Amino acid sequence: MAGRRVRLAGRGNLIVGAVLVGVVAAAALLSFAWLPTDPLKMDFVSQLKPPSGTYVLGTDHFGRDLFSRVLVGARSTLYVGFIAVGLALSVGGFLGAVAGFLGGVLDEVVMRLVDVAYAFPAILMALLLAAVYKPGTLTAMVASGSASVPIFARIARSSVLSLKERDYVEAGRALGVRSGRLLLRHILPGALGPLIVQASLSLAVAVLAEAALSFLGLGTPPDVPSWGNMLREAQGFMAMSPYPALVPGLAIVWTVLGWSLLGDGLRDLWDPRA
Amino acid sequence: MLAFAVRRFLTAIVSVLLASLVVFSAIVAIPGDPAEIILGLNSSQEARAALRTKLGLDVPAPRRYVAWLGGVLRGDFGESLNYQQPVAKLIGGRLKVSVPLSLGAALIATLLAIPLGILAAVRRGTFVDPLVVALSQLGAAIPGFWLGLIFILYFAVELRLFPAGGFTPFATDPAKWLKSLVLPMLALGLGQAAVMVRMTRAAMLEVLNQDFVRTARAKGLGRRSVVLKHALRNAMVTIITILGLSLTNVFIGSIVIEQVFALPGMGRLAITAIGTRDFPLLQGEILVYAATIVFLGFLVDLSYGLLDPRIRYS
Repeated sequence: MAGRRVRLAGRGNLIVGAVLVGVVAAAALLSFAWLPTDPLKMDFVSQLKPPSGTYVLGTDHFGRDLFSRVLVGARSTLYVGFIAVGLALSVGGFLGAVAGFLGGVLDEVVMRLVDVAYAFPAILMALLLAAVYKPGTLTAMVASGSASVPIFARIARSSVLSLKERDYVEAGRALGVRSGRLLLRHILPGALGPLIVQASLSLAVAVLAEAALSFLGLGTPPDVPSWGNMLREAQGFMAMSPYPALVPGLAIVWTVLGWSLLGDGLRDLWDPRA
Repeated sequence: MLAFAVRRFLTAIVSVLLASLVVFSAIVAIPGDPAEIILGLNSSQEARAALRTKLGLDVPAPRRYVAWLGGVLRGDFGESLNYQQPVAKLIGGRLKVSVPLSLGAALIATLLAIPLGILAAVRRGTFVDPLVVALSQLGAAIPGFWLGLIFILYFAVELRLFPAGGFTPFATDPAKWLKSLVLPMLALGLGQAAVMVRMTRAAMLEVLNQDFVRTARAKGLGRRSVVLKHALRNAMVTIITILGLSLTNVFIGSIVIEQVFALPGMGRLAITAIGTRDFPLLQGEILVYAATIVFLGFLVDLSYGLLDPRIRYS
């Protein structure tokens, strides 16, 4: 009975997470095909309006439709998140896997570098990059991606360390399978589960990072609607209308919750001990 | 233990040195002439040449790095281009805002998260546990800076209980000082509490399932005594780790929160430095942040050995 309840609870996270993320993905896709109004069109007779028939979620200080802007903002969120986490997953996964597989001095050096990377969280990395290059979408993606490299490197390394001692890997080695093939075809597939779980959890972090960076003016440029940008602009007009601040904030909470529930759900599914 | 502490301290030093190299190299890697970037395209040749000399750009980068690092070790981070003041002095002044803000937020997070985490673990199987878990999941998904905006909207604009932003120094008026920090501390601390609750709960559950806890229960000790004396003391090691982690998180989180509440702290200084292309200031700022993170990690590792004598370091 208890076992069944645990399984159901795990599925609950998975299902709710998938639905929340699915809605965001659908909103982003929909925004390419259809939008209630032009998200950039200013309407100076309906500035800072509450939700109405014309503007379902109200308008901002330029009279722009909040609903259309939130839909388009979903694109930026997913785009930045996927690229950042993809970057972290490939760089971190590769470094960790090779370090764990080859061991020795290389392992020592890679793990030392990973330690240093821990000292540069996304915001700090973004400050550094913004000093060097013009702050924008690319620097935001690199910053939030590079901040997640260490965690992927550690997960890949520990998975590879435990898998490379398994009998089937030993057997492959005895049969003369080359190291690269052994790592790619026989070890890496086994390490994929934990990496995918982390990818989902890191997407939650990346959504928060993108929003924070855009809010600081270090992320998505102001002419492209993003949730962080919308909050940045709403800051000055909160006393007149709460909607420009409420709408994008709730969208962020929705999406972050979705990715983290999805990650938890996947972990419960694959590793019931956790 | 001492050998471990020394070795761990040395790795922390190496990490800080590598971090300083990263910070320095990033500024060196700026494409184009930094003097032109700082002064703008319309600046005169002479002004640019003078700035290049001031920044030490006519010296090769490795020598400049050694000179900069030597200065940093003596507490001299160079001079801010925008403020015409020593970087160390500027950072020192701003720490008076960022440090109380971070410590207050960490305190709020700890006072909320540890009791709630323990409660959830002890009440496993009742409605309390899933409720706490669900709330913490939701709380962790709320961006601190958005929570800050909501707080301003409600407590400052609507109820007029707290200022919507700005900072009063402690020396000027302690009551106003606290009032100017309460909302930012809450905005920063509540999200961190949400993250810490789940970790505390997990640490407690692990200890509660161990044999010595079962023995303590079996010999008839009260629930309170079992939880507080036996379980909590053993979960402390994990909880200290969480605390170290949360201090790091709130210190970094304060960068954004300061922007929401217009607090003149380290984070706001860094954002201004980007706008004014104040490279010496930015270098110093980022290094101080990175070194603080490394140092907190060192303290956490050190506390392991002190709290749990069973942990032996080879």
